[in-house]
Amino acid sequence: MSLGITWTTDWIRRTAEVIGEHRVELITLDREIGDGDHGENLDRGFTAVLAKLDGLSPEAAPGDALKLVATTLISTVGGASGPLFGTAYLKAAGAVGQANELDGSAVVALLTAARDGIVLRGKAEVGDKTMVDAWTPAVDAAAAAQEAGRSEAEILDAAATAAAEGAAATEPLVARKGRASYLGERAVGHRDPGAQSTALILRAAADAARGD
Amino acid sequence: MKKLINDPKNVVAESLDGLELAHGDILRVHRDPDFIVRADAPVQGKVGIVSGGGSGHEPLHGGFVGYGMLSAAVPGAVFTSPTPDPIVEATKAVDGGAGVLHIVKNYTGDVLNFETAAELAEAEGITVKSVIIDDDVAVQDSTYTAGRRGVAGTVFVEKIVGAAAEQGADLDAVVELAQRVNANVRTMGVALTACIVPHAGVPSFDLPEDEIEIGIGLHGEPGRERIKLEPVDVIVDRMLDPILSDLPFASGDRVAVLVNGMGGTPLIELYIALRRVGQVLEEKGISVLRTLVGNFTTSLEMQGMSISVLRLDDEMIELYDAPVQTAALRWGR
Repeated sequence: MSLGITWTTDWIRRTAEVIGEHRVELITLDREIGDGDHGENLDRGFTAVLAKLDGLSPEAAPGDALKLVATTLISTVGGASGPLFGTAYLKAAGAVGQANELDGSAVVALLTAARDGIVLRGKAEVGDKTMVDAWTPAVDAAAAAQEAGRSEAEILDAAATAAAEGAAATEPLVARKGRASYLGERAVGHRDPGAQSTALILRAAADAARGD
Repeated sequence: MKKLINDPKNVVAESLDGLELAHGDILRVHRDPDFIVRADAPVQGKVGIVSGGGSGHEPLHGGFVGYGMLSAAVPGAVFTSPTPDPIVEATKAVDGGAGVLHIVKNYTGDVLNFETAAELAEAEGITVKSVIIDDDVAVQDSTYTAGRRGVAGTVFVEKIVGAAAEQGADLDAVVELAQRVNANVRTMGVALTACIVPHAGVPSFDLPEDEIEIGIGLHGEPGRERIKLEPVDVIVDRMLDPILSDLPFASGDRVAVLVNGMGGTPLIELYIALRRVGQVLEEKGISVLRTLVGNFTTSLEMQGMSISVLRLDDEMIELYDAPVQTAALRWGR
Protein backbone atom coordinates (compact mmCIF):
# COMPACT_ATOMS: atom_id res chain seq x y z
CA MET A 1 0.00 0.00 0.00
CA SER A 2 1.55 3.28 -1.08
CA LEU A 3 1.81 6.31 1.20
CA GLY A 4 0.03 9.61 0.61
CA ILE A 5 -0.66 12.91 2.29
CA THR A 6 -2.33 11.25 5.30
CA TRP A 7 0.89 9.39 6.05
CA THR A 8 2.98 12.53 5.54
CA THR A 9 0.97 14.72 7.89
CA ASP A 10 0.69 11.88 10.41
CA TRP A 11 4.49 11.51 10.28
CA ILE A 12 4.90 15.22 10.91
CA ARG A 13 2.45 15.23 13.84
CA ARG A 14 4.09 12.18 15.41
CA THR A 15 7.48 13.84 14.96
CA ALA A 16 6.36 16.98 16.77
CA GLU A 17 4.98 14.81 19.55
CA VAL A 18 8.04 12.63 19.96
CA ILE A 19 10.43 15.60 19.81
CA GLY A 20 8.38 17.27 22.54
CA GLU A 21 8.53 14.11 24.64
CA HIS A 22 12.30 13.77 24.16
CA ARG A 23 13.10 17.48 24.44
CA VAL A 24 14.96 17.15 27.73
CA GLU A 25 16.78 14.00 26.64
CA LEU A 26 18.06 15.81 23.52
CA ILE A 27 19.04 18.87 25.55
CA THR A 28 20.97 16.60 27.91
CA LEU A 29 22.77 14.79 25.10
CA ASP A 30 23.70 18.13 23.56
CA ARG A 31 24.74 19.54 26.92
CA GLU A 32 27.26 16.73 27.26
CA ILE A 33 29.09 17.42 24.01
CA GLY A 34 27.65 20.64 22.57
CA ASP A 35 25.82 23.63 23.94
CA GLY A 36 22.58 22.08 25.12
CA ASP A 37 20.03 23.59 22.79
CA HIS A 38 19.20 20.79 20.35
CA GLY A 39 16.00 19.62 22.04
CA GLU A 40 14.78 23.16 22.64
CA ASN A 41 15.45 24.22 19.05
CA LEU A 42 13.78 21.23 17.39
CA ASP A 43 10.82 21.49 19.77
CA ARG A 44 10.42 25.16 18.83
CA GLY A 45 10.64 24.28 15.13
CA PHE A 46 8.16 21.41 15.12
CA THR A 47 5.74 23.33 17.34
CA ALA A 48 5.77 26.03 14.66
CA VAL A 49 5.29 23.35 11.98
CA LEU A 50 2.23 21.98 13.80
CA ALA A 51 0.67 25.44 13.88
CA LYS A 52 1.03 25.70 10.11
CA LEU A 53 0.00 22.15 9.28
CA ASP A 54 -3.69 22.87 9.75
CA GLY A 55 -3.48 25.46 7.01
CA LEU A 56 -2.30 22.88 4.49
CA SER A 57 -4.79 22.22 1.70
CA PRO A 58 -6.47 18.79 1.87
CA GLU A 59 -5.44 18.31 -1.76
CA ALA A 60 -1.79 18.92 -0.94
CA ALA A 61 0.74 16.31 -2.05
CA PRO A 62 3.29 14.77 0.35
CA GLY A 63 5.93 17.02 -1.22
CA ASP A 64 3.94 20.13 -0.26
CA ALA A 65 3.82 19.04 3.38
CA LEU A 66 7.55 18.27 3.39
CA LYS A 67 8.28 21.68 1.89
CA LEU A 68 6.20 23.33 4.60
CA VAL A 69 8.29 21.55 7.22
CA ALA A 70 11.48 22.65 5.45
CA THR A 71 10.68 26.34 5.28
CA THR A 72 9.31 26.42 8.82
CA LEU A 73 12.36 24.69 10.30
CA ILE A 74 14.75 26.96 8.40
CA SER A 75 12.95 30.07 9.64
CA THR A 76 12.41 29.04 13.26
CA VAL A 77 15.11 26.64 14.46
CA GLY A 78 18.43 28.42 13.95
CA GLY A 79 21.68 26.83 15.05
CA ALA A 80 23.12 24.13 12.84
CA SER A 81 20.10 21.84 13.03
CA GLY A 82 17.74 24.38 11.42
CA PRO A 83 19.60 24.58 8.10
CA LEU A 84 20.50 20.87 8.20
CA PHE A 85 17.03 19.43 8.87
CA GLY A 86 15.49 22.20 6.76
CA THR A 87 17.64 21.20 3.81
CA ALA A 88 16.81 17.54 4.40
CA TYR A 89 13.06 18.16 4.16
CA LEU A 90 13.51 20.52 1.22
CA LYS A 91 15.49 17.93 -0.75
CA ALA A 92 13.02 15.22 0.27
CA ALA A 93 10.18 17.37 -1.05
CA GLY A 94 12.06 17.84 -4.31
CA ALA A 95 12.65 14.11 -4.65
CA VAL A 96 8.96 13.21 -4.44
CA GLY A 97 7.77 16.15 -6.54
CA GLN A 98 4.00 16.40 -6.91
CA ALA A 99 3.33 12.66 -6.59
CA ASN A 100 0.22 11.96 -4.52
CA GLU A 101 1.21 8.40 -3.66
CA LEU A 102 4.70 7.24 -2.71
CA ASP A 103 5.71 3.68 -3.46
CA GLY A 104 8.77 1.93 -2.07
CA SER A 105 11.20 3.43 -4.52
CA ALA A 106 9.80 6.92 -3.86
CA VAL A 107 10.28 6.41 -0.12
CA VAL A 108 13.89 5.40 -0.71
CA ALA A 109 14.36 8.41 -3.02
CA LEU A 110 12.90 10.67 -0.32
CA LEU A 111 15.28 9.39 2.35
CA THR A 112 18.28 9.44 0.02
CA ALA A 113 17.63 13.03 -1.03
CA ALA A 114 17.23 14.08 2.60
CA ARG A 115 20.53 12.49 3.54
CA ASP A 116 22.33 13.94 0.50
CA GLY A 117 21.05 17.41 1.41
CA ILE A 118 22.47 17.11 4.93
CA VAL A 119 25.80 15.89 3.62
CA LEU A 120 25.90 18.76 1.13
CA ARG A 121 25.16 21.45 3.75
CA GLY A 122 27.08 20.05 6.66
CA LYS A 123 29.96 18.52 4.71
CA ALA A 124 30.08 15.62 7.15
CA GLU A 125 30.81 11.98 6.39
CA VAL A 126 29.96 8.72 8.08
CA GLY A 127 32.14 8.41 11.18
CA ASP A 128 32.25 12.13 11.96
CA LYS A 129 29.81 11.61 14.88
CA THR A 130 26.94 13.62 13.37
CA MET A 131 23.38 12.98 12.21
CA VAL A 132 24.86 11.51 9.02
CA ASP A 133 25.76 8.47 11.11
CA ALA A 134 22.06 7.82 11.57
CA TRP A 135 20.88 8.93 8.12
CA THR A 136 23.29 6.89 6.01
CA PRO A 137 22.61 3.47 7.57
CA ALA A 138 18.90 4.34 7.39
CA VAL A 139 19.13 5.03 3.67
CA ASP A 140 21.14 1.86 3.08
CA ALA A 141 18.68 -0.26 5.05
CA ALA A 142 15.72 1.29 3.24
CA ALA A 143 17.29 0.60 -0.15
CA ALA A 144 18.01 -3.01 0.81
CA ALA A 145 14.45 -3.53 2.06
CA GLN A 146 13.05 -2.02 -1.12
CA GLU A 147 15.22 -4.29 -3.29
CA ALA A 148 13.98 -7.23 -1.27
CA GLY A 149 10.44 -6.28 -2.24
CA ARG A 150 9.29 -5.11 1.19
CA SER A 151 6.28 -2.87 1.74
CA GLU A 152 6.60 0.88 2.32
CA ALA A 153 5.96 0.40 6.03
CA GLU A 154 8.65 -2.29 6.22
CA ILE A 155 11.10 -0.08 4.33
CA LEU A 156 10.55 2.74 6.82
CA ASP A 157 10.80 0.33 9.74
CA ALA A 158 14.15 -0.90 8.44
CA ALA A 159 15.30 2.71 8.07
CA ALA A 160 14.19 3.63 11.59
CA THR A 161 15.86 0.59 13.14
CA ALA A 162 19.12 1.29 11.28
CA ALA A 163 18.99 4.96 12.31
CA ALA A 164 18.61 4.00 15.97
CA GLU A 165 21.55 1.60 15.69
CA GLY A 166 23.52 4.30 13.89
CA ALA A 167 22.75 6.80 16.65
CA ALA A 168 23.90 4.33 19.32
CA ALA A 169 27.03 3.67 17.29
CA THR A 170 28.05 7.34 17.52
CA GLU A 171 28.84 6.88 21.22
CA PRO A 172 32.41 5.57 20.86
CA LEU A 173 33.31 8.05 18.10
CA VAL A 174 35.50 11.16 18.25
CA ALA A 175 33.53 14.08 16.76
CA ARG A 176 34.97 15.72 13.68
CA LYS A 177 32.25 18.21 12.80
CA GLY A 178 30.17 20.73 14.68
CA ARG A 179 30.62 21.92 18.23
CA ALA A 180 31.41 18.49 19.61
CA SER A 181 34.55 18.42 17.46
CA TYR A 182 36.15 20.86 19.91
CA LEU A 183 36.05 18.16 22.56
CA GLY A 184 38.38 15.75 20.81
CA GLU A 185 38.65 12.50 22.76
CA ARG A 186 36.27 13.80 25.41
CA ALA A 187 33.31 13.36 23.07
CA VAL A 188 33.84 9.61 23.31
CA GLY A 189 31.13 7.87 25.31
CA HIS A 190 28.44 10.39 24.40
CA ARG A 191 25.74 9.92 21.80
CA ASP A 192 25.38 12.54 19.07
CA PRO A 193 22.13 14.47 19.66
CA GLY A 194 21.50 15.02 15.92
CA ALA A 195 21.82 11.30 15.24
CA GLN A 196 19.42 10.63 18.11
CA SER A 197 16.80 13.10 16.85
CA THR A 198 17.16 11.61 13.36
CA ALA A 199 16.36 8.19 14.81
CA LEU A 200 13.27 9.62 16.53
CA ILE A 201 12.07 11.30 13.34
CA LEU A 202 12.49 8.16 11.24
CA ARG A 203 10.78 6.03 13.88
CA ALA A 204 7.84 8.44 13.68
CA ALA A 205 7.78 7.91 9.89
CA ALA A 206 7.64 4.14 10.35
CA ASP A 207 4.98 4.33 13.06
CA ALA A 208 2.85 6.56 10.85
CA ALA A 209 3.17 4.10 7.96
CA ARG A 210 2.15 1.19 10.18
CA GLY A 211 -0.70 3.34 11.42
CA ASP A 212 -0.72 2.30 15.05
CA MET B 1 18.05 28.03 38.69
CA LYS B 2 17.88 31.59 40.03
CA LYS B 3 17.46 34.20 37.33
CA LEU B 4 15.75 37.55 36.94
CA ILE B 5 13.49 36.38 34.15
CA ASN B 6 9.81 35.86 33.51
CA ASP B 7 9.35 32.99 31.06
CA PRO B 8 12.48 31.40 29.53
CA LYS B 9 10.75 31.62 26.14
CA ASN B 10 10.51 35.44 26.40
CA VAL B 11 14.05 36.16 27.57
CA VAL B 12 15.39 37.45 24.25
CA ALA B 13 12.30 39.45 23.25
CA GLU B 14 11.96 41.14 26.63
CA SER B 15 15.65 41.99 26.79
CA LEU B 16 15.35 43.63 23.37
CA ASP B 17 12.53 45.81 24.71
CA GLY B 18 14.80 46.95 27.51
CA LEU B 19 17.74 47.50 25.17
CA GLU B 20 15.65 49.81 23.03
CA LEU B 21 14.32 51.69 26.05
CA ALA B 22 17.87 52.20 27.32
CA HIS B 23 19.48 53.19 24.04
CA GLY B 24 16.75 54.50 21.79
CA ASP B 25 18.98 57.40 20.80
CA ILE B 26 21.51 55.00 19.28
CA LEU B 27 19.56 52.03 18.02
CA ARG B 28 16.18 50.73 17.02
CA VAL B 29 14.83 47.24 17.61
CA HIS B 30 12.90 45.72 14.74
CA ARG B 31 10.41 43.03 15.73
CA ASP B 32 9.27 39.95 13.86
CA PRO B 33 11.80 39.25 12.62
CA ASP B 34 13.97 40.50 15.48
CA PHE B 35 17.08 42.53 14.76
CA ILE B 36 18.77 45.69 16.03
CA VAL B 37 19.80 48.53 13.70
CA ARG B 38 21.47 51.85 14.33
CA ALA B 39 18.89 54.61 14.59
CA ASP B 40 20.00 56.34 11.38
CA ALA B 41 20.07 53.21 9.18
CA PRO B 42 20.50 52.93 6.29
CA VAL B 43 23.38 55.36 5.84
CA GLN B 44 23.56 56.10 2.12
CA GLY B 45 26.84 55.24 0.45
CA LYS B 46 28.27 53.50 3.53
CA VAL B 47 29.08 49.80 3.67
CA GLY B 48 26.70 48.11 6.09
CA ILE B 49 28.28 45.98 8.81
CA VAL B 50 26.07 43.19 10.17
CA SER B 51 26.94 40.66 12.83
CA GLY B 52 24.95 38.35 15.00
CA GLY B 53 24.75 35.04 16.76
CA GLY B 54 23.10 33.43 19.70
CA SER B 55 21.87 35.65 22.52
CA GLY B 56 23.47 35.30 25.93
CA HIS B 57 26.76 36.98 24.99
CA GLU B 58 25.70 40.54 25.76
CA PRO B 59 26.80 43.17 25.02
CA LEU B 60 27.94 41.28 21.90
CA HIS B 61 26.47 42.06 19.35
CA GLY B 62 23.54 44.42 19.99
CA GLY B 63 25.60 46.54 22.38
CA PHE B 64 27.96 47.36 19.54
CA VAL B 65 25.37 48.72 17.14
CA GLY B 66 25.80 52.41 16.47
CA TYR B 67 28.03 55.09 14.98
CA GLY B 68 31.48 53.76 14.13
CA MET B 69 30.77 50.08 14.76
CA LEU B 70 27.94 47.75 13.67
CA SER B 71 25.08 48.82 11.41
CA ALA B 72 22.94 45.94 12.66
CA ALA B 73 23.02 42.94 14.97
CA VAL B 74 20.90 39.83 14.68
CA PRO B 75 20.25 37.98 17.95
CA GLY B 76 19.25 34.34 17.84
CA ALA B 77 17.69 32.39 20.69
CA VAL B 78 19.98 31.93 23.67
CA PHE B 79 23.21 30.29 22.47
CA THR B 80 21.57 29.52 19.11
CA SER B 81 22.43 31.24 15.87
CA PRO B 82 19.70 33.35 14.29
CA THR B 83 17.74 31.97 11.35
CA PRO B 84 18.28 33.39 7.85
CA ASP B 85 15.13 35.59 7.71
CA PRO B 86 16.15 38.20 10.31
CA ILE B 87 19.67 38.25 8.88
CA VAL B 88 18.25 38.99 5.42
CA GLU B 89 15.96 41.70 6.79
CA ALA B 90 18.77 43.30 8.80
CA THR B 91 20.98 43.22 5.72
CA LYS B 92 18.29 44.98 3.68
CA ALA B 93 17.71 47.54 6.46
CA VAL B 94 21.34 48.67 6.49
CA ASP B 95 22.14 48.52 2.79
CA GLY B 96 23.06 52.03 1.77
CA GLY B 97 23.94 50.98 -1.77
CA ALA B 98 27.58 50.18 -1.02
CA GLY B 99 27.10 46.53 -0.05
CA VAL B 100 27.07 44.77 3.29
CA LEU B 101 29.69 42.87 5.24
CA HIS B 102 28.63 39.96 7.45
CA ILE B 103 30.95 39.36 10.39
CA VAL B 104 30.37 35.73 11.39
CA LYS B 105 31.87 33.84 14.30
CA ASN B 106 33.05 30.38 13.33
CA TYR B 107 30.32 28.14 14.67
CA THR B 108 28.60 25.70 12.33
CA GLY B 109 25.13 27.15 12.95
CA ASP B 110 26.22 30.76 12.50
CA VAL B 111 28.11 29.94 9.32
CA LEU B 112 25.21 27.95 7.78
CA ASN B 113 22.52 30.53 8.59
CA PHE B 114 24.57 33.56 7.52
CA GLU B 115 25.60 31.72 4.34
CA THR B 116 21.96 31.05 3.48
CA ALA B 117 20.99 34.64 4.34
CA ALA B 118 23.79 36.05 2.18
CA GLU B 119 22.53 34.00 -0.79
CA LEU B 120 18.97 35.25 -0.24
CA ALA B 121 20.09 38.89 0.10
CA GLU B 122 22.22 38.57 -3.04
CA ALA B 123 19.13 37.30 -4.84
CA GLU B 124 17.45 40.56 -3.87
CA GLY B 125 20.25 42.57 -5.43
CA ILE B 126 22.41 43.38 -2.40
CA THR B 127 26.13 42.69 -2.58
CA VAL B 128 27.08 40.73 0.53
CA LYS B 129 30.53 39.59 1.60
CA SER B 130 31.31 37.54 4.68
CA VAL B 131 34.29 37.23 6.93
CA ILE B 132 34.53 34.32 9.36
CA ILE B 133 36.15 35.13 12.71
CA ASP B 134 38.23 32.34 14.24
CA ASP B 135 40.45 33.81 16.93
CA ASP B 136 40.22 31.06 19.57
CA VAL B 137 43.56 29.31 20.01
CA ALA B 138 42.09 26.77 22.43
CA VAL B 139 41.01 24.41 19.70
CA GLN B 140 43.24 22.86 17.12
CA ASP B 141 42.39 23.89 13.60
CA SER B 142 42.48 20.78 11.47
CA THR B 143 40.48 19.16 8.72
CA TYR B 144 38.93 17.01 11.43
CA THR B 145 37.26 19.86 13.29
CA ALA B 146 34.95 22.68 12.30
CA GLY B 147 37.98 24.94 12.75
CA ARG B 148 38.74 27.44 15.43
CA ARG B 149 35.87 29.19 17.14
CA GLY B 150 35.18 32.88 16.88
CA VAL B 151 35.21 34.44 20.35
CA ALA B 152 35.94 37.79 22.03
CA GLY B 153 38.44 38.94 19.39
CA THR B 154 35.31 39.66 17.35
CA VAL B 155 34.96 42.90 19.34
CA PHE B 156 38.24 44.21 17.91
CA VAL B 157 37.15 43.24 14.39
CA GLU B 158 33.80 45.00 14.76
CA LYS B 159 35.34 48.19 16.21
CA ILE B 160 38.09 48.56 13.63
CA VAL B 161 36.06 47.52 10.60
CA GLY B 162 33.11 49.63 11.74
CA ALA B 163 35.35 52.68 11.91
CA ALA B 164 36.68 52.05 8.41
CA ALA B 165 33.16 51.76 7.01
CA GLU B 166 32.16 54.95 8.83
CA GLN B 167 35.06 56.75 7.14
CA GLY B 168 33.86 55.62 3.72
CA ALA B 169 35.99 52.55 2.97
CA ASP B 170 34.47 50.43 0.19
CA LEU B 171 33.31 46.82 0.58
CA ASP B 172 36.51 45.23 -0.70
CA ALA B 173 38.56 47.37 1.66
CA VAL B 174 36.49 46.47 4.72
CA VAL B 175 36.64 42.78 3.81
CA GLU B 176 40.41 42.93 3.54
CA LEU B 177 40.61 44.82 6.83
CA ALA B 178 38.33 42.36 8.64
CA GLN B 179 40.46 39.47 7.42
CA ARG B 180 43.63 41.29 8.48
CA VAL B 181 42.35 42.02 12.00
CA ASN B 182 41.13 38.44 12.35
CA ALA B 183 44.51 37.15 11.20
CA ASN B 184 46.24 39.23 13.88
CA VAL B 185 44.09 38.51 16.92
CA ARG B 186 44.27 35.49 19.21
CA THR B 187 42.08 34.61 22.18
CA MET B 188 41.96 32.08 24.99
CA GLY B 189 39.24 31.65 27.60
CA VAL B 190 38.91 30.10 31.03
CA ALA B 191 35.82 29.06 32.98
CA LEU B 192 35.60 28.86 36.76
CA THR B 193 31.92 27.87 36.74
CA ALA B 194 29.31 26.83 34.22
CA CYS B 195 26.42 29.00 33.16
CA ILE B 196 22.76 28.03 33.06
CA VAL B 197 20.88 28.43 29.80
CA PRO B 198 17.38 29.60 30.81
CA HIS B 199 15.48 27.00 28.77
CA ALA B 200 17.72 24.15 29.98
CA GLY B 201 17.54 25.16 33.64
CA VAL B 202 20.64 23.20 34.63
CA PRO B 203 24.35 24.10 34.39
CA SER B 204 25.81 23.73 30.88
CA PHE B 205 28.53 21.45 32.17
CA ASP B 206 29.71 19.98 35.43
CA LEU B 207 32.81 21.53 36.91
CA PRO B 208 33.96 20.52 40.39
CA GLU B 209 34.33 23.36 42.91
CA ASP B 210 38.13 23.26 42.88
CA GLU B 211 38.64 22.88 39.13
CA ILE B 212 38.71 25.25 36.17
CA GLU B 213 38.42 24.65 32.44
CA ILE B 214 41.10 26.26 30.30
CA GLY B 215 40.16 27.01 26.70
CA ILE B 216 36.44 27.23 27.27
CA GLY B 217 34.16 28.23 24.39
CA LEU B 218 31.48 30.89 24.40
CA HIS B 219 28.72 28.39 25.03
CA GLY B 220 30.37 26.39 27.74
CA GLU B 221 31.83 23.95 25.27
CA PRO B 222 34.86 22.45 26.95
CA GLY B 223 38.29 23.58 25.89
CA ARG B 224 41.79 22.22 26.23
CA GLU B 225 42.16 20.94 29.74
CA ARG B 226 40.73 20.87 33.18
CA ILE B 227 43.06 21.84 36.01
CA LYS B 228 42.92 22.62 39.70
CA LEU B 229 42.25 26.24 40.53
CA GLU B 230 45.51 28.21 40.65
CA PRO B 231 46.37 31.83 41.50
CA VAL B 232 45.30 34.13 38.67
CA ASP B 233 48.91 34.90 37.65
CA VAL B 234 49.45 31.21 36.95
CA ILE B 235 46.17 31.00 35.01
CA VAL B 236 47.06 34.08 32.94
CA ASP B 237 50.45 32.59 32.12
CA ARG B 238 48.82 29.34 30.97
CA MET B 239 46.44 31.31 28.77
CA LEU B 240 49.01 33.69 27.32
CA ASP B 241 51.45 30.97 26.38
CA PRO B 242 49.35 29.47 23.55
CA ILE B 243 48.21 32.95 22.47
CA LEU B 244 51.71 34.37 22.15
CA SER B 245 53.25 31.30 20.55
CA ASP B 246 50.45 30.90 18.03
CA LEU B 247 50.71 34.02 15.88
CA PRO B 248 53.56 34.22 16.98
CA PHE B 249 53.88 37.54 18.74
CA ALA B 250 57.45 38.91 18.92
CA SER B 251 59.47 41.52 20.73
CA GLY B 252 58.75 44.91 19.21
CA ASP B 253 55.09 44.11 18.42
CA ARG B 254 52.49 46.68 19.36
CA VAL B 255 49.26 45.18 20.66
CA ALA B 256 45.80 45.86 21.99
CA VAL B 257 44.66 43.63 24.88
CA LEU B 258 41.10 42.70 25.79
CA VAL B 259 40.55 41.08 29.19
CA ASN B 260 36.95 40.02 28.80
CA GLY B 261 34.70 38.91 31.60
CA MET B 262 32.40 35.95 30.90
CA GLY B 263 29.57 37.57 32.82
CA GLY B 264 30.05 36.33 36.37
CA THR B 265 33.49 37.65 37.23
CA PRO B 266 33.87 41.07 38.86
CA LEU B 267 36.09 43.78 37.42
CA ILE B 268 38.42 43.62 40.41
CA GLU B 269 39.53 40.15 39.27
CA LEU B 270 39.79 41.17 35.63
CA TYR B 271 42.12 44.03 36.59
CA ILE B 272 44.33 41.61 38.50
CA ALA B 273 44.47 39.49 35.36
CA LEU B 274 45.30 42.48 33.17
CA ARG B 275 48.09 43.40 35.57
CA ARG B 276 49.72 40.04 34.93
CA VAL B 277 49.14 40.28 31.17
CA GLY B 278 50.95 43.62 31.23
CA GLN B 279 53.90 42.15 33.16
CA VAL B 280 54.31 39.20 30.80
CA LEU B 281 54.06 41.27 27.65
CA GLU B 282 56.54 43.83 28.97
CA GLU B 283 59.01 41.06 29.76
CA LYS B 284 58.71 39.92 26.15
CA GLY B 285 59.22 43.39 24.73
CA ILE B 286 55.66 43.67 23.45
CA SER B 287 54.10 47.13 23.79
CA VAL B 288 50.52 47.28 25.05
CA LEU B 289 49.12 50.38 23.33
CA ARG B 290 45.40 49.91 24.04
CA THR B 291 43.44 47.94 26.63
CA LEU B 292 39.82 47.00 27.18
CA VAL B 293 38.70 45.43 30.46
CA GLY B 294 35.15 44.37 31.20
CA ASN B 295 32.25 42.26 30.03
CA PHE B 296 32.19 42.44 26.24
CA THR B 297 31.56 38.88 25.09
CA THR B 298 29.87 36.99 27.87
CA SER B 299 28.39 33.54 28.46
CA LEU B 300 25.43 34.46 30.65
CA GLU B 301 26.55 34.28 34.30
CA MET B 302 29.58 32.09 33.74
CA GLN B 303 32.53 32.97 35.96
CA GLY B 304 35.70 33.28 33.98
CA MET B 305 37.42 35.43 31.41
CA SER B 306 39.12 35.45 28.08
CA ILE B 307 42.26 37.22 27.02
CA SER B 308 42.57 38.55 23.48
CA VAL B 309 45.75 40.02 22.03
CA LEU B 310 45.65 41.92 18.73
CA ARG B 311 48.82 42.83 16.86
CA LEU B 312 48.30 46.38 15.68
CA ASP B 313 49.49 48.22 12.61
CA ASP B 314 49.25 52.00 12.10
CA GLU B 315 45.93 51.80 10.27
CA MET B 316 44.37 49.60 12.97
CA ILE B 317 45.49 52.01 15.71
CA GLU B 318 43.93 54.98 13.91
CA LEU B 319 40.69 53.10 13.32
CA TYR B 320 40.58 51.75 16.86
CA ASP B 321 40.85 55.30 18.19
CA ALA B 322 38.19 56.64 15.83
CA PRO B 323 34.93 57.81 17.42
CA VAL B 324 32.39 55.18 18.42
CA GLN B 325 28.95 55.57 19.95
CA THR B 326 27.26 52.34 20.93
CA ALA B 327 25.55 51.06 24.04
CA ALA B 328 28.63 49.23 25.27
CA LEU B 329 31.53 51.13 23.73
CA ARG B 330 31.78 54.90 23.38
CA TRP B 331 34.60 57.32 22.94
CA GLY B 332 35.59 60.36 20.93
CA ARG B 333 32.09 61.50 20.15
